[in-house]
Amino acid sequence: MEAEAAKYIGAGIACLGMAGAGIGLGHIFGNYLAGALRNPSAAQGQFSNLIFGFAVTEALGIFSFAVALILMFVL
Amino acid sequence: MNIGLPIVAKDPTAQFKLHKLAELKIGSFDLSFTNSALMMVVTLVCISLWFLLSSKKQLVPGRAQSILELSYEFIADMLKSSTGKEGMRFFPLVFSIFVFILFANMLGMIPFFFTTTSHIIVTFALAMIVMVVVIGFGVWKNGFGFLKLFWPAGIPIAIKPFVSLLEIISFISRPISLSVRLWANMFAGHILLKLFAGFAISMFAAGGLTAFGSIVPFGLTLALIPLEFLVAFVQAYVFALLTSVYLSDALHPGHH
Repeated sequence: MEAEAAKYIGAGIACLGMAGAGIGLGHIFGNYLAGALRNPSAAQGQFSNLIFGFAVTEALGIFSFAVALILMFVL
Repeated sequence: MNIGLPIVAKDPTAQFKLHKLAELKIGSFDLSFTNSALMMVVTLVCISLWFLLSSKKQLVPGRAQSILELSYEFIADMLKSSTGKEGMRFFPLVFSIFVFILFANMLGMIPFFFTTTSHIIVTFALAMIVMVVVIGFGVWKNGFGFLKLFWPAGIPIAIKPFVSLLEIISFISRPISLSVRLWANMFAGHILLKLFAGFAISMFAAGGLTAFGSIVPFGLTLALIPLEFLVAFVQAYVFALLTSVYLSDALHPGHH
């Protein structure tokens, strides 16, 4: 296989990591919404926890995306 | 003067190219004034103008002053809830980081403007400032007690070494994840905008039925722009939030 082709296949495979981040983010926002609908008065206080969980989870998806970008444009 | 990207750029990464605006070399160090440095100066000028406009301290605040008061309370509440009262001594640091990143991201959204935070060295330098403050203050305040951060209480002794190892790895990867998160978000967002805009242009240029189809990538570009503004704000907030979470580790190691 040519190196160029392997690079593009690798970038595509690296993007699969985003699926996991997508599942995780769905859990976070879905559960936040479920909790917020049950007790709307407590929702505002948990906003920073929501964003913290979002940031930590999203980082992993971003890492896989960064790997894909590095494969595409840098290597 | 070209401060951003060339008007027709096929390569979506062309917008991140650095141009030297003024050459400056000290020894073997290249300290040239680039378009990135220019945008940082523009960012600082905008922030200073904003602060100057709000410094009249009116009882009934004007537009600039009420936005500043809102951001002050927003960051102060966040810092207080994650570090407690004694964390407020770090308010200037956290607020400066938040405002700088927010302005750099927002100014980068203006067409033809360079986004300083789309270069990992800029975000890594910001993250290292945070880590140096966290480690420096943690050691200065707690001495060897700072190492309790890596030896958490309330865990069975059998798995403690393993947890301790995990804590050390997670601490070391903090500056990496902090900087890569901001960088990759800005980098990816701008590439995405450029790609879809490029699709729209090349489909429209193809003519015929394909030209009609160009409305899809054009609409997606329009939809992505507000999303990117949201990302620009959320990433600045996330950076400030994680900074205050790490600072709370330096303030109270051992219980987190």
